[in-house]
Amino acid sequence: MNGLLEILRKELADSFNSKRFIILFLLVYLAGIATIYIAAQNIRAAVGDSTSNIFLSLFVVSGSDLPFSFPLFMSIFIPIIGIALGFDAINSERIGGNLSRVLAQPIYRDSLINGKFLSGLTMISVLIVSVVAIVAGLGLRLIGVPPEAEEILRLFMFVIVSILYGAFWMSLSVLFSVLFKKTSTSVLASIAVWIFMFLFMGIIANLIAGAAFPLSQDSTVAQVADYDNIFRMVSRISPGTLYAESIQAILLPMMGSTSPTMMMIGMYSGLMPSPLPLSQSLMLVWPQLVGLVALTAVCFTIAYVKFMREEIRST
Amino acid sequence: MSENLIVETHDLTKIYGKFTAVNSLNLRIEEGEVFGLLGPNGAGKTTTILMLMGFCEPTSGSVLINGFNPLREPIKVKSIVGYMPEKIGFYDDMTARENLEYTGRLNGLGGSGLKATIDELFEVVGLKDRANQPVGTFSHGMKQRLGIADVMIKQPKIAIFDEPTSGIDPEGTDQVLNLIKTMARQKVTVIISSHQLHQLQKVCSCVGIFSRGQLIATGSVDKLGREALRKGNYHIILPIAQLADRVRTEINGIPGVRSIDSVADSTVVAADDDISVELSRVVLETTGLKVQMKVEEFALEDIYMQYFKGS
Repeated sequence: MNGLLEILRKELADSFNSKRFIILFLLVYLAGIATIYIAAQNIRAAVGDSTSNIFLSLFVVSGSDLPFSFPLFMSIFIPIIGIALGFDAINSERIGGNLSRVLAQPIYRDSLINGKFLSGLTMISVLIVSVVAIVAGLGLRLIGVPPEAEEILRLFMFVIVSILYGAFWMSLSVLFSVLFKKTSTSVLASIAVWIFMFLFMGIIANLIAGAAFPLSQDSTVAQVADYDNIFRMVSRISPGTLYAESIQAILLPMMGSTSPTMMMIGMYSGLMPSPLPLSQSLMLVWPQLVGLVALTAVCFTIAYVKFMREEIRST
Repeated sequence: MSENLIVETHDLTKIYGKFTAVNSLNLRIEEGEVFGLLGPNGAGKTTTILMLMGFCEPTSGSVLINGFNPLREPIKVKSIVGYMPEKIGFYDDMTARENLEYTGRLNGLGGSGLKATIDELFEVVGLKDRANQPVGTFSHGMKQRLGIADVMIKQPKIAIFDEPTSGIDPEGTDQVLNLIKTMARQKVTVIISSHQLHQLQKVCSCVGIFSRGQLIATGSVDKLGREALRKGNYHIILPIAQLADRVRTEINGIPGVRSIDSVADSTVVAADDDISVELSRVVLETTGLKVQMKVEEFALEDIYMQYFKGS
C-alpha cells in the first residue's frame, strides 16, 4: 500500500487537468450524442411492431446519414482512449527524470505501475459511465419510452464490458511504455497493434478460412458453416472481435449465436429467433469475456514483471 | 576503528554481458562521513550507487545500508536514504511547492508540518521567490537546488548525490556545495560522485578512487596524496634554503626521518610520521630560530592524475 494512494491521487489530478483528456471527453460525448440523435430519428422504422426492448434498440439502430451505431463508435473510441491513457505511463517518467527520484522515496516499486493502471482504469470508467448516462438520458427524452429492468441490466453489462475492453488497450500501451524508452515509439507500437487487429485481422481470417473451406456459388450450408467457424476462430484473436461479439449478444437479446451467418442460416431453415434472457446472452459470450480479461491480465503481468526487474537509471 | 559503518558492501559485483561494471567492491563508509566517489566515466560509480539504492540487482555480493539489504527491505532503506540522480527531473507543469509536497506525502508527511518544512527548505536552498512557479521555468542550477530540497525533505541519515555539480555555473556549484556542507554539519552521511576534483576536495572528508569497477584507493585526501605521490611519507617544509650540517645531523637523529632535501628556497624533510612538533623543537634548540613549518598538502588533481597516468 505504501504510496499507492498518493500516486493514484496525483495521477488522477493530472489526468483530469490535462488537455489530452478534455479533447477525448469532448470527442466521445459528441459522437455519443450524434449517434443517439440519428438513432432516435430512425427508431420507428427499425423497431416496427415490436414492443419489447425498444429502449435498447436506441443503442443499436443507425441511420443513413450516419451509418454508425453507438456501440460501433465505442469500439473505435475505446482503444484510442485506452492507448491515450497508457502509452507514456512509465517512459515519460523516465524521460522527465522523475522515475529514479520518485522511486527513491519509501514506496514499493509496484505502487507506481499499479497507481498508474488504477488511475487509467478510473478515467476509462468515468468516461464510459458518463457517456452512456448522457446518451441514455438523451434517448429517454427523445423517444419517451422508459427502459425495462432487463434493459437497464443489459446497459450496465455493456458498460462493464466496455471498461474491460478499455482496460485491455490500456494495459497493452502500459506494456509498451515499459518496453520502449521513447513515448513516440510506444504510441506508434500501440496504434500499430490496434490497426492490425482492427483492419487486417478480418482479412487474415478470411484468407485462412477461404483456404481451408473454399466457398463458391453452390456451396452447401455445411460448407458455409465450416467456413464461418474457421473465420470466427481466427478473428477472435483480435480483442476487437471479442468485444464486438460480447456487446452484440448483450445489446441484442435476439442474438442466439455470436455468428450473424449462423443466425441467417437458422432463419432460412425456419428457426425464428426469440429474445434470450440476459443470463443466456451472457452464457453465450462468457468465453469472449474471459478472453478479454485474460488478455488484459497477460499484458499487465508482463509489464509489471518487466518493470519490477528493470534497472532504474536516470539516463 | 570502524565503530559505526552505515554503508557496507561485500564483494559487490555487477556484470553486464561481458562487461564488468563493478568488480568485487568492498566499500565501507562510516556514519557522518562525507565520502567522495572519484573516477573516470564508466568506472562504475553510478552503477555502485544504483546497487546501494536497490535500483539494480548485483550479479553477486551484498550491500548493507544501516544494516538493511536494499533489495529485501527497500522501504527501510529508502526511508533513511535521500538520492539525487545525475539527471534529476521534476514534474514540469507542477510548481516547485507541489513537487516537494508530492515527495513529502510519498514519505508519509502531510498537513501543516509538511508545509512548514517546505517553507523552511525553500529558505535554505534560496528558492523562496520561485516556490509557486512551475518547475518547467527553472534553470538547471535551480532544479539542482530544488533536488537538494527534495533530498532534505525526508531528513535522511544518508544522502547520495550523483554528479550534483555537473553542467552548472560556478556560482551554482558553490551554492550546491554549501548546501551539501550544511547537510554534513547536521551529521548526515553524504556520498558524492563527481569528477570535479576541486569541488570534491572542498567537501569530502574521505574519497574513494574508482577504476574499472574497483576501488583502488580510499582515505582522506592527505593520506591518498602521501601514498600516491610521496611513497607514504610525510613531507614537512621548512622555509630555510640551506641548513647547516650540524642541524642536518640533529634532524637525521629524529626517529622516522628518511631524507632531507633542499628545494628552491626551502628544505623538505621526509618522514614516516608527522614529526613537525619534534622537528620544530630540534630546529629551535640547534639554531635558536622559531620557524613556521607546514606539512605538505596535496591537490586532488595531482593524486588523480597519478592514479590514472597510465590509462
